[in-house]
Amino acid sequence: MNKSSPDTSTSNGLSHSDLAAAMERNLKRRYRSERRFKAFGIASIGVGLLALLVLFTEIIGTGMGAFRQTYVTLEVTYDTEVLGIEAVTPESLALANFDGIVRRALLNQLPEVTGRTAKRQLYALISYAAGYQLRAMLEQDPSLLGETRKVTMLADDDLDTYVKSVRADDPFIGRLSEPQVEWINQLEAQGLVELKFNTNFFTSGDSSEPEQAGILGAVMGSLFTLIVTLALSFPIGVAAAIYLEEYASRNRFTDFIEVNINNLAAVPSVIFGLLGLAIFLNFFHFPRSVPLVGGLVLTLMTLPTIIISSRAAIKSVPPSIREAALGMGASKMQMILQHVLPLAMPGMLTGAIIGMAQALGETAPLLMIGMVAFIADVPGGITDPATVLPVQIFLWADSPERAFVERTSAAIMVLLAFLITMNTMAIWLRKRLERRW
Amino acid sequence: MDFSLLLLLVAAGSFAAFTLGRGRSLKLAETVGGPRYLNSLPYYYGMLTALWALLPALALLIVWMIFESTILESMVISQLPANFHDTDPAEQGLILNQIYNIVAGQVVDANIPQYMTDAAQHVHSMKVTSNWLLASLACSGMLLFGLFAWRRVAPELQARARVERLFRWALLGCSMIAILTTVGIVMSVLFESLRFFHAVPISDFLFGLEWSPQTAIRKDQVAGSSSFGAIPLFTGTLLIASIAMIIAVPTGLMSAIYLSEYASKRVRSYVKPLLEVLAGIPTVVYGFFAAITVAPFIRDVAVSIGLNDYVNVTSESALAAGMVMGVMIIPFISSLSDDVINAVPQSLRDGALGLGATHSEMIRQVVIPAALPGIVGGVLLAASRAIGETMIVVMAAGLAAKLTANPLDSVTTVTVQIVSLLVGDQEFDSPKTLAAFALGLMLFLVTLALNYFALHIVKKYREQYE
Repeated sequence: MNKSSPDTSTSNGLSHSDLAAAMERNLKRRYRSERRFKAFGIASIGVGLLALLVLFTEIIGTGMGAFRQTYVTLEVTYDTEVLGIEAVTPESLALANFDGIVRRALLNQLPEVTGRTAKRQLYALISYAAGYQLRAMLEQDPSLLGETRKVTMLADDDLDTYVKSVRADDPFIGRLSEPQVEWINQLEAQGLVELKFNTNFFTSGDSSEPEQAGILGAVMGSLFTLIVTLALSFPIGVAAAIYLEEYASRNRFTDFIEVNINNLAAVPSVIFGLLGLAIFLNFFHFPRSVPLVGGLVLTLMTLPTIIISSRAAIKSVPPSIREAALGMGASKMQMILQHVLPLAMPGMLTGAIIGMAQALGETAPLLMIGMVAFIADVPGGITDPATVLPVQIFLWADSPERAFVERTSAAIMVLLAFLITMNTMAIWLRKRLERRW
Repeated sequence: MDFSLLLLLVAAGSFAAFTLGRGRSLKLAETVGGPRYLNSLPYYYGMLTALWALLPALALLIVWMIFESTILESMVISQLPANFHDTDPAEQGLILNQIYNIVAGQVVDANIPQYMTDAAQHVHSMKVTSNWLLASLACSGMLLFGLFAWRRVAPELQARARVERLFRWALLGCSMIAILTTVGIVMSVLFESLRFFHAVPISDFLFGLEWSPQTAIRKDQVAGSSSFGAIPLFTGTLLIASIAMIIAVPTGLMSAIYLSEYASKRVRSYVKPLLEVLAGIPTVVYGFFAAITVAPFIRDVAVSIGLNDYVNVTSESALAAGMVMGVMIIPFISSLSDDVINAVPQSLRDGALGLGATHSEMIRQVVIPAALPGIVGGVLLAASRAIGETMIVVMAAGLAAKLTANPLDSVTTVTVQIVSLLVGDQEFDSPKTLAAFALGLMLFLVTLALNYFALHIVKKYREQYE
């Protein structure tokens, strides 16, 4: 064939210029498809990142409100007549009508309210917690009896939601009646309504009243559950990994163990809940709703993760270390405990932290073993009834009150903060302590 | 005696045994010419003695903990008046519960029958006796076995070999827990399911078209309204899982391809961890997001374009749950595909590029076919995860079992039903509760099959290029 000059024809009758043009077109088409493919890839990543962005902005946007709580400041008179007591003694404190002085204070502030229905609506603006607060104040300082003080009290969740929504220029009235809105506006105009940091959210347990509900109970429940999980799954997981990597010869039995571990890692978590219910609760008669059982179930669930990562860590220790130890006369156990384990520890700890993060976010199996019950007390040990943070989120998400929506988001923010901290720690540990051989 | 105190005592006892055993070996060493003539290092003798003292006591504690309540209960029942045995099991359970409540001091009520308070006192006294018996047995056992081991300490005793053998058995025991867990899962779901299939024929369960698990509360009530046909649950699960896979597979795969083939190292080091954050978010958070944000949004969009004139549009749509589940699975698919794509040898890529392929042609015609088995394995694993996902569907999908293919309608899934049947008060002999275990069995079998095939394919594929 001739060396290309533009006018010569090729064997199939096309001129070289036609061929070049066809090639050009073809090439253009191919480059277009290349660009499309690449754009599709970028779009895919965009979808993932966009979902992440929307999720976080949505959660943070709704959740930020819960970190501030509305309080109402009123002139409260510790009127002996209204309280119905003469002196401050433990018995009289138990009998005294503290709700009465809260109501009186409200009426004094808004004297134009008359009629039973109207008064009841007015009283509903202050949380039940106010009575307990006044009682605690009086208990601490008995000289208050008969005195008048300015007291800042917790507002009811409806008032709280309304005030926050007004300040965000998007008033949400919800269950409030028209006169109630009017009174709130009056209180606001008098400068008696203020938003303060919501310490209650971090220092109290669950409550059916949104303004009093906090996450401390759930956080402690999660802590106790994780302690049980870590105490069991880390030693057992590391031991299993050592056996499989250092002792087991490759045979059917070892293969069977391995298949089991890999399958368990992919079994849906709700199945572990069924296991916990049937074995721990119905067969061994452990109590329901306790962190101990929750920890046991989560141990079984996180074991595969810990075993797999520990095996990887042990595998990464070079054989020369083992041979050197054995050559110096160490026994196999000494070689493992004194040489292999310390070198593999960073990798194992990383795996353990990731496993714990997984356990911290787990909800479904804990629903099965009764950790979904309403528990207002903060648990004090692994055998006290408790709930955990994700289950608390689930419970609040189910509650109809609008004020719970922002609290749910705030609880999610706390949970995510814990998870991000744990994962960052794992990454840092891996970067910091991992040795490349 | 308090249980934690007992544990402390056992710990102290084993420590004492360690010191004594070690001391004895050192003392004996003097007679043979110094510690270097001992078979093992002194602390191995200590460990051996401590283990002899500790292990029997620990075994006793565990056995006691497992069987104590069962034995106590049978003893209480034998003490109760004769007419107790004539009542039906549910009633018996109630009576026993009340007795335990009295023991725990939760019930202070004047009109408790006399036999109950008697039984409660009996339980209490038996508990005290049992605790003391356990403590004395554990302590004397430790003493006995510890003494035995201590006396056997001798320079020629192969303490190290024995301790190491025990160590090896302990390790083996720990790795057997994985098998035990599988066995436990199979047993717990299988037995309850068999009881369920006793009440409801298995063919009705597998092929029935109607699911309404209400059971009669009273005996004379007509229980005919309850039916356990699981087909609507299976279709609902499939509908939501398919929506999730339709979203996750292309997105996850393309992200993996872009990240491993196109992206610069810098971009990759930022984007990859960010995508993995999606995998670390708890499912309850996704569920909340789906229920509060996505579901109302989809309903509003569907209503605003007039879809509700043609099909049923609900705020618990399968589409919302499926979409959010898809987002959850994206990083799962992308990281698994990333692994397999990176495992494709560079020589294949170089060959394709050398023949004049564009980058995307090289990927589509060489890399993907080569990585296909691994990708399929990853997709199967992701499908198993979508089927077993619980919290998203519990929070965002409905409860009503409907046989529909309309993604805007509300459907229910296997996992939703398991949770709703088992959360709250349960009686363990009603078909309603047992149905949850039958569903669990189905879920376990399906996910097991998917996982097994997926892992098999992935393993095969890995070996191919190694």
